[in-house]
Amino acid sequence: MSQTNTTQNSMLTFFGSLGRWFLRTLESMGDAAVLSITSLTHLFAKPWQGKHIVIQLYALGVGSFVIIAITGAFTGMVLSLQGYYTLAKFGSESLLGSGVALAIIRELGPVLGAFMMVGRAGSSITAEIGIMRVTEQLDALQMMAINPKARVILPRIIAMIIALPILVTMFDIIGLVAGYIVGVELLGVNGGAFIGEMIAQVTPMDLYAGWVKAIGFGILIGVICTYMGYRATPTTEGVAKATTQAVVAGSVGVLVLDYILTSFFL
Amino acid sequence: MIRTEQLSRHFDDVIALDATNIHIKEQQTTVIMGGSGSGKTTLLRLLAGLECPTSGHIWYGKDDLNGMSQKSLYQLRARMGMVFQYSALLNSLSVYDNVAFPLVEHTQLDKSVIHTMVTMKLEQVGLRGFENLMPSQLSGGMAKRVAFARALAMDPEVVFFDEPTSGLDPISAGVIASLIGDITKRTRMTSIVVTHDVHAGLDIADHVILLWQGKVIAEGTSDIIRNSDDERVQQFIQGRPDGPIPFSRSETSYIEDLLHKPGTVRIS
Repeated sequence: MSQTNTTQNSMLTFFGSLGRWFLRTLESMGDAAVLSITSLTHLFAKPWQGKHIVIQLYALGVGSFVIIAITGAFTGMVLSLQGYYTLAKFGSESLLGSGVALAIIRELGPVLGAFMMVGRAGSSITAEIGIMRVTEQLDALQMMAINPKARVILPRIIAMIIALPILVTMFDIIGLVAGYIVGVELLGVNGGAFIGEMIAQVTPMDLYAGWVKAIGFGILIGVICTYMGYRATPTTEGVAKATTQAVVAGSVGVLVLDYILTSFFL
Repeated sequence: MIRTEQLSRHFDDVIALDATNIHIKEQQTTVIMGGSGSGKTTLLRLLAGLECPTSGHIWYGKDDLNGMSQKSLYQLRARMGMVFQYSALLNSLSVYDNVAFPLVEHTQLDKSVIHTMVTMKLEQVGLRGFENLMPSQLSGGMAKRVAFARALAMDPEVVFFDEPTSGLDPISAGVIASLIGDITKRTRMTSIVVTHDVHAGLDIADHVILLWQGKVIAEGTSDIIRNSDDERVQQFIQGRPDGPIPFSRSETSYIEDLLHKPGTVRIS
């Protein structure tokens, strides 16, 4: 009898914790949405934040180019290498170009590009805003009659939305070039067949889908990372925790959103 | 000029400020003192509109800060300045850019005019010639003075100071305290200073408010506070460890707790 009670209590505790976690997550999502929307309402309001958007675009976009280029190059090379030996078993090496292109443009470009942006730029956004909170710089902006949502949050979200599709396009191009070099120059696949199959199989819809995903991921990463920093507990530990949570939530969010968007485009 | 009416702020079960009524006079230095956790920083943040009260009102003339729209609040803040406890300088900007920041944001002044104004403000706080340093290159006292210059940039009517002398050596603390006193008198602004530095506070104050456990326990000029009969006031200004203000925050002693806790081993 007492063992049954203990099991019931454990179950209740487990479901209670799960329910509380779910409610907290839901509350945070609502709070993040409200923060982002109220920040984005300042997009066309005076004073225009164009200069700050460009500064953030440079910091987040240009600053992330090298890591995106390296990831894109090695992704294309590995895909080409793996694809070649798999297709060679069926004597279909000529399809290598289309396989590499479709994998990169539809999936790997947007998803891996977004992962790199969460890790490199997203974490720095959260840490920077969190430190501004700890050192009272956000309060100082308020006291100087400057809205931190317009000055700090808005430029970073917009920069992320603009930067990610551009970086994903660069990832795609570099990945395809690297895949071509490995497939054609190192493994001996016919160059004409590689490019011909690629052009034949990749449709404009694949390109649009990649860009739509990149924009979606840009919004998601921008919203999550700015929110986590803005609402960070104003302590050293709080900023560290917020940064970790931003990277985890951003990465998981990218995967979930990728599935949702892919199901729309197929 | 600034008046609070039954102002309270609770953080869950903790009462940081309890039905406080204070009156801050124009063109004077009002010093809010009290021990750690007495509610003085909470009161300052409420007066600056950085926190929302749980209940009560804050009146700026005829305007209630409570029901104010964000636009009106920002218009009011354009006439305020604040020096934060840890200076809160914008790390990515130089000393010059930090002081120029409010002017660049809120005025259409020519760059040369802004340059002259920034130089004047830095001269007022004794830091002319340090324009190109970054906040990370400044000492604590210098950072406070830059923050003071930034707070003065827009020629505010009211300046809030949160622990302006904390963490500073006695000379730097003296410099900051005398700057507050001198500039308040010269510019005819209203200064509201939160501090637990009794000597500096009483020296510069026109009016002193002493808080304990979220309530005002004494108010008046520095002399009235110095000569107060209230034991709590005397304990605070003399820095005595024993007195009506307890060292421990617990209701009962640890020994009593141990003796009355069920299951505690008793030695007979």
